[in-house]
Amino acid sequence: MSTKYIYTFGVIMTVVVALTLAGFRTVTAESAARNEDIFNKREILATVAEPLAEAGSPISTLTDEEVLEIFNEQVEQIVVNSSGEAVADVEFSAIDLAKEYKKPEEQRLYPINIFNIDGDRYYVFSVRGNGLWDAIWGNIALASDLNTVTGASFDHAGETPGLGAEIKDNAGWKSQFKGKKIYNGDEFVSILVRKGGAIDQEHEVDGLSGATVTADGVTKMLYNGLKAYQPFIEEQRAEANATSMNLK
Amino acid sequence: MAESTELKTGVVADPKKPAGEKDPLFGKKEKILITDPLLDNNPITIQVLGVCSALAVTSLVYPSLVMAVAVVFVTAFSSLATSLMRNIIPKAVRLIVQLVIIATLVTLVNEALKVLAFPVYKQLSVYIGLIITNCIVMGRLEAFAMANKPWRAFLDGVGNGLGYGLILVAVGVVRELFGKGSLFAGSPIAMNIIGPSGDTTQYWINTAADSGLGSFFGWYANNNLMVLPAAAMFVIAVFIWIQRSYNSKLVDVS
Repeated sequence: MSTKYIYTFGVIMTVVVALTLAGFRTVTAESAARNEDIFNKREILATVAEPLAEAGSPISTLTDEEVLEIFNEQVEQIVVNSSGEAVADVEFSAIDLAKEYKKPEEQRLYPINIFNIDGDRYYVFSVRGNGLWDAIWGNIALASDLNTVTGASFDHAGETPGLGAEIKDNAGWKSQFKGKKIYNGDEFVSILVRKGGAIDQEHEVDGLSGATVTADGVTKMLYNGLKAYQPFIEEQRAEANATSMNLK
Repeated sequence: MAESTELKTGVVADPKKPAGEKDPLFGKKEKILITDPLLDNNPITIQVLGVCSALAVTSLVYPSLVMAVAVVFVTAFSSLATSLMRNIIPKAVRLIVQLVIIATLVTLVNEALKVLAFPVYKQLSVYIGLIITNCIVMGRLEAFAMANKPWRAFLDGVGNGLGYGLILVAVGVVRELFGKGSLFAGSPIAMNIIGPSGDTTQYWINTAADSGLGSFFGWYANNNLMVLPAAAMFVIAVFIWIQRSYNSKLVDVS
């Protein structure tokens, strides 16, 4: 086998493999992107699972089309800047939190999904942080008082299945977030994932055994992530208080 | 007939075989290729290949199962492709060529999962990519596929993939059952076997119950060690121990 043969073989092999992969990718890209979009939307829906179930559409039974329909009809998607003002000229789907977090703080934009389920408003905030191996992100839904959590869902790029990946897979663990409060009186405290078990039942959830670093990452992500939405949250809270006083 | 016999003799690899006798498509030898790696020549417990991924993915049964299917696919088709190309692959760069074949197939599996089973893709994410570095695949290509005909190489790939998958799922069952009290968590047939039932999860054996079967298991707690990767080490070691105590021809007497 001459050197020339080896080179020729290498070149042909590379071209064939590159074409195969590129071709396959091109064919599947659209369907894969759609799957990913629906997956992410289901994750967001999971945070308001309870009100949805009460309204007659439990998320486990929703088809892909129904998921998209809910987002078309019952969800208002807004973008806010770091001082909590709604930004109108930015497309919601163009917001990528990973990129936003790289910008200086005052230039960042944050997405909010506002659900309108049976007349009640639920605010779903997206957050992002770091786990043990790679990025983690999630959605946390607050009820209309912007204090009580209705649910949370998390995802990760590369946490270990059975350990760190439990933040995504362990439904029992995630369900602990339901009913927690992010404010202690008027002070923003977020929610703490405590190793060894929650002490303050109102603001803490149990840790995950074998996944302390990921769990700490969740704590940090929730604190920083929700803190970023604070101007918006405070404003809405003030408004809500004002209207409820007016009504009285 | 005579003509075809002559034509055939040129390609028959085994010189001892009488010319013209056709190999059965699935004869004794082929059967051995599938069954041998399941037990007597298991890639994990005997050849001790692919242990790295066996430690990582086996904390739950369902990812183990998907991983097993993906590995069967990759070993089978990379063996087939390598065997088809075995006479034209330059010997000097054969490992690189094998690696390219494996990497291509793994990338295809990865992309296919995105389309067919996105949640599973999310769950296995990094591990699918790691099949590329799974020693079993390359080991079989180098040891078997480079020297055998395509059909046999394919069967050898399937056999070794299954042998790997068998251990993977067995370890997964032990680890998930004792570590989390569930089986197939995350899949459509998720089963909660043992644990304290709460608002969100109901277990078959409810250790928090006051009466019934569960009341005998009030002392039971999940073994958190089983959740950690180190547990797979013990479990695989115990499998090896059991297998060798049954099968004396595996024992090294030197």
